[in-house]
Amino acid sequence: MGMTITEKILRDHTDLKELHAGMLINARVDIALGNDITAPFAIEEFQKAGGTDVFDRDRVILVPDHFTPNKDIQSAAQCKVLREFVRRQNLSHTFDGGTVGIEHALLPEQGLVLPGDLVIGADSHTCTYGALGAFATGVGSTDLAAVMLTGEAWFKVPESMKIVLHGNLRRWVSGKDLILNIIGRIGVDGARYRAMEFTGDTVARLGMADRFTMANMVIEAGAKNGIFIPDDVTEAYVRERAKRKWKFYDSDPDAVYASTLDVDVSKIEPQVAFPHLPSNTRGISEVGEIRIDQVVIGSCTNGRIEDLRVAAGILKGREAAPSVRLIVIPATPAIYRAALQEGLIEIFLNANAVISPPTCGPCLGGYMGILADGERAVATTNRNFVGRMGHTGSEVYLASPAVAAASAVLGRIAGPDSL
Amino acid sequence: MKFRGKVWKFGDNIDTDAIIPARYLTTTDPAELARHCMEDLDAEFAAKVGADDIIVAGENFGCGSSREHAPIAIKAAGIACVVARSFARIFYRNAFNMGLPIFESAELWDRVAGGQHIEVDGDAGKIIIVGSEAQPLSIEPIPPFMQELIRDGGLMRHIALKKQHAQGRK
Repeated sequence: MGMTITEKILRDHTDLKELHAGMLINARVDIALGNDITAPFAIEEFQKAGGTDVFDRDRVILVPDHFTPNKDIQSAAQCKVLREFVRRQNLSHTFDGGTVGIEHALLPEQGLVLPGDLVIGADSHTCTYGALGAFATGVGSTDLAAVMLTGEAWFKVPESMKIVLHGNLRRWVSGKDLILNIIGRIGVDGARYRAMEFTGDTVARLGMADRFTMANMVIEAGAKNGIFIPDDVTEAYVRERAKRKWKFYDSDPDAVYASTLDVDVSKIEPQVAFPHLPSNTRGISEVGEIRIDQVVIGSCTNGRIEDLRVAAGILKGREAAPSVRLIVIPATPAIYRAALQEGLIEIFLNANAVISPPTCGPCLGGYMGILADGERAVATTNRNFVGRMGHTGSEVYLASPAVAAASAVLGRIAGPDSL
Repeated sequence: MKFRGKVWKFGDNIDTDAIIPARYLTTTDPAELARHCMEDLDAEFAAKVGADDIIVAGENFGCGSSREHAPIAIKAAGIACVVARSFARIFYRNAFNMGLPIFESAELWDRVAGGQHIEVDGDAGKIIIVGSEAQPLSIEPIPPFMQELIRDGGLMRHIALKKQHAQGRK
């Protein structure tokens, strides 16, 4: 019986010869990740279990990205727990102050996560790395503690769902629109416990940024992991970054899938997910007149340089509507620097945008752009649950950088064609 | 594993931001997290909920973030167990790892009202609605490995016991 890419990667991290969906396995972990919200719990559990040294100081990476620069006294205390642990353990890859970026943009950019890897992260958007052809999934703090201790984690091998993308993308349609459309079709639990494997002729024309965005949001459909078969695009991205070996995997032609979803991307227009679920999607032509108070362009979903380029292309020579607060958050210091060198920051400043340092900040209602009762935001982020960006009476509309930028100018939700 | 308590009923897709809003993730103190459990859905939930009470929910309970603060807040609020139609996978994993008993039942949600009392028998795989003449409702069996985790008192304790066992054999 053939195997999927997900099954093969998992198999090669065990001593098993055969492995298929449904099996419960213990697997070796290549990279274990935590952040300033989840790591303090994990560190506490690690120490309670008598842990002295992490299993491998090259393979545990703790990034204080959610509430840094420290947003208040309590989060400062949590970051301090993380920072002291990183120093005490003498971890090889450390990020703080001006080297901090949003973890899921930062790790691939720095070549720390590679194709064929098995990655766990105490953060639900760890699934982002599937874009590289790695198995990556989010877990909780206790799982992270266990991996820091043993280097292994338990998994139930997921069934896979094949998403076949074919056709050419329309103008202004990006990976964000594809994944929002797919979540809209299958629902927020449509891929629960499953691997979402993206294939089809469209994939070859998707850059890494689009693939990261799509893999990032599979958790919003309940999936365990999202995965792309690595190709030339992957190779070009990885070659200039990797400092260790990587491995490309592919699915067998006779691999078994729980289901297949066929998506003709040429029929998809820019998408907007209405409150309060990422599955509540509509095409931009069906949005109607919705006034907005804030636009956020950033996050692990859409804070990459390609995203900022699209936004800047639309904002060039324009200003955010007087009623709109535009917040731009480059996801990593390297992206920030590239945006500066390419003149994008100048364009954003001329558009009256606030430029935030790299942080998860407002995406999860942390800080750097919290909404009041009754306020509405268009955000390139990943979740629009009740109260996600602030008051429970506020609303978040999820969209691509193109739609977010156009909406900022117009003061209402709209695509670039309305400008 | 038997639980008897008052039902607090919630719908489908109860996300981790609803269970414990991110604005409270600046602490890891269970008592403080418990004070804000379900706050955005029911501001008085933490004050009203009693020890041994049970949450009954619909599909995909605990979707969203990987924050373990969610099962911790529920447990620290006094909730004995959660019975849902289904659970989001990271929440499911977290609950077993840190020792919050959870059960899947396709039938219970439609049969029970908030405020009623139920008896959940994890060993026999049955739920009884107290005071009802109806047949006991079935719950999905818990996979053996998960039973082991609960029996050992969570993942970290399970690992410690395995290590002790391995050393004992040497």
